[in-house]
Amino acid sequence: MEWFYVKGILIQSGINLTAVLGLSLLTGFTGLFSFGHAGFMAVGGYAAVFAGMRLGLPYPLALLFGGLVAGIVSLPIGRLTLNLKGDYFCIATLGFGEAIRLILDNVQTFGGARGWPGIPVTTDLFNVAVVAIIGTFVMVRLVNSRHGRNMIAVREEELAARTVGIDAFKYKMLSLFISAMYAGVAGGLQGYYLGFLQPKMFSITKSTEFTIMVIFGGIGSITGTVFGTLLLTALPEVLRAFAIWRLVVYGAAVIFIMISRPEGLMGGKELSLAALRRLFGPRPKREVPS
Amino acid sequence: MSLLETKNLTKQFGGLTAVDNVTFTVEEGSITGLIGPNGAGKTTVFNLITGIYKVTSGQILFEGVPIHDREPHVIAGMGITRTFQNIRLFRRLSVRDNILTAGHSGARYSVVDSILRTPRYVQEERQLARECERLMDLMDLTEVASSRASSLPYGLQRRLEIARALAVKPKMILLDEPAAGMNPDETMQLMSLISRIRDEFDCTVLVIDHRMDLIMGICENIVVLNFGRKLAEGPPEAVQTNPAVIEAYLGASGEGVAVHA
Ligand SMILES: Nc1ncnc2c1ncn2[C@@H]1O[C@H](COP(=O)(O)OP(=O)(O)OP(=O)(O)O)[C@@H](O)[C@H]1O
Ligand SMILES: [Mg+2]
Repeated sequence: MEWFYVKGILIQSGINLTAVLGLSLLTGFTGLFSFGHAGFMAVGGYAAVFAGMRLGLPYPLALLFGGLVAGIVSLPIGRLTLNLKGDYFCIATLGFGEAIRLILDNVQTFGGARGWPGIPVTTDLFNVAVVAIIGTFVMVRLVNSRHGRNMIAVREEELAARTVGIDAFKYKMLSLFISAMYAGVAGGLQGYYLGFLQPKMFSITKSTEFTIMVIFGGIGSITGTVFGTLLLTALPEVLRAFAIWRLVVYGAAVIFIMISRPEGLMGGKELSLAALRRLFGPRPKREVPS
Repeated sequence: MSLLETKNLTKQFGGLTAVDNVTFTVEEGSITGLIGPNGAGKTTVFNLITGIYKVTSGQILFEGVPIHDREPHVIAGMGITRTFQNIRLFRRLSVRDNILTAGHSGARYSVVDSILRTPRYVQEERQLARECERLMDLMDLTEVASSRASSLPYGLQRRLEIARALAVKPKMILLDEPAAGMNPDETMQLMSLISRIRDEFDCTVLVIDHRMDLIMGICENIVVLNFGRKLAEGPPEAVQTNPAVIEAYLGASGEGVAVHA
């Protein structure tokens, strides 16, 4: 394989990883399903390109701006649906994703359905790697704090979480906001990588793909999210040899893994130095309750 | 002054009045029992006190402050927490993480503190971990600290749920049938645990149970409910000999026994 080709896969993996990390916080750690994350990515992408090309912000600030706008857009959706039962939120995100696409299709200042061409190609392997690494780092620290634990508690047993004093609504909002920000930054990376943006790039298929990556990697594991995303981004490329059967093989591979490991690749566990030591070090005595 | 006070507390579900004009008090530092036949409205009273259900009418005062229109997490923050009749643990988390999570309000650091690992984060996390270890020690859970909550045997799950509630540092704990499903041995342990909660954790206890022996053995004051109404209130001896209570318990099998307090 040529380096150019491999580099492309790596860059796309990094962009996907940025978006999927955010979704992992929402779905994997807080227990909320979103089928509109491509919508947040679209908002962030268009906002970042707008900030860079029309407002003249430098690339890093434009990415941040895209993330911020996506985060802010997520707030009214959360406000309206997160204190209802889970399904309403899920349906709302689905509607949001589609609505954003249709709106962008019709806003001519951003090029409408034909898209926004001529974006300077600024995203390269280096800056994608920097963003993805910082994103992973921030996420690991977040989930290992009282804030992360509170989100996990909401996922595990919302009622009990509230009776130990956790403001479930606030933590769902926070999780959604951060997760939309990640998607927004990923959108900016995407626009500045391809050199153009088009509403149809952000269809529900993309949202679903992200959710599959989270579940495939394992709910509640950042390590799983990283491996899941890298693997599932590279897999379709590796499977190009299968030509038209590519997506069938891809689907079969995902189903096979999910059946053999229903809790996902990592099954909620993290890969860390401590975990490795536990795995290879002397066996601790089994903890069996009396 | 009484710690908790309900005044004409009423909860209706459609046409059904689950709690009907119930007034009672819980004295600070007491162990108070809430008893009554199945469907009497005991759990509903807990759900009202903890803010999970909104009251239809009436008031709930905690330390003299009305709490009946507040959110559950606010009420927990004021010092009331509970366990559930059908255990609700954070099932996939370890014993340690169940307790650590519940202790969250012992720390105040922000999201930014977490990401930057500021000294404040480090110090407060250390404090939380210390308190968690201490609580596991006191509750005899250290041995199973890393086990998944859902993998514990039933009796330990109940104990963990109490430990998790205590991690909130409550002024008052509500226990909904803590002895359900326990063998006599575990029940004895539980009774001494409940006394310890009051003495060592300085925590007022309101406990629901069917088991008369358990309730009579540890409670200083008992409130009896039947068909949503308060039937009697008082010390165990008085309640035990109250004719209306005897009728409700012995005659409860007879359909539609109308009991008037
Ligand atoms: N959410 C609800 N919706 C409708 N009816 C309810 C609801 N919760 C409780 N009830 C009804 O209210 C009445 C009191 O129920 P509650 O659970 O408080 O009884 P309980 O005294 O705790 O009984 P048990 O000893 O069986 O636990 C019952 O008739 C019950 O069916
Ligand atoms: Mg009950």
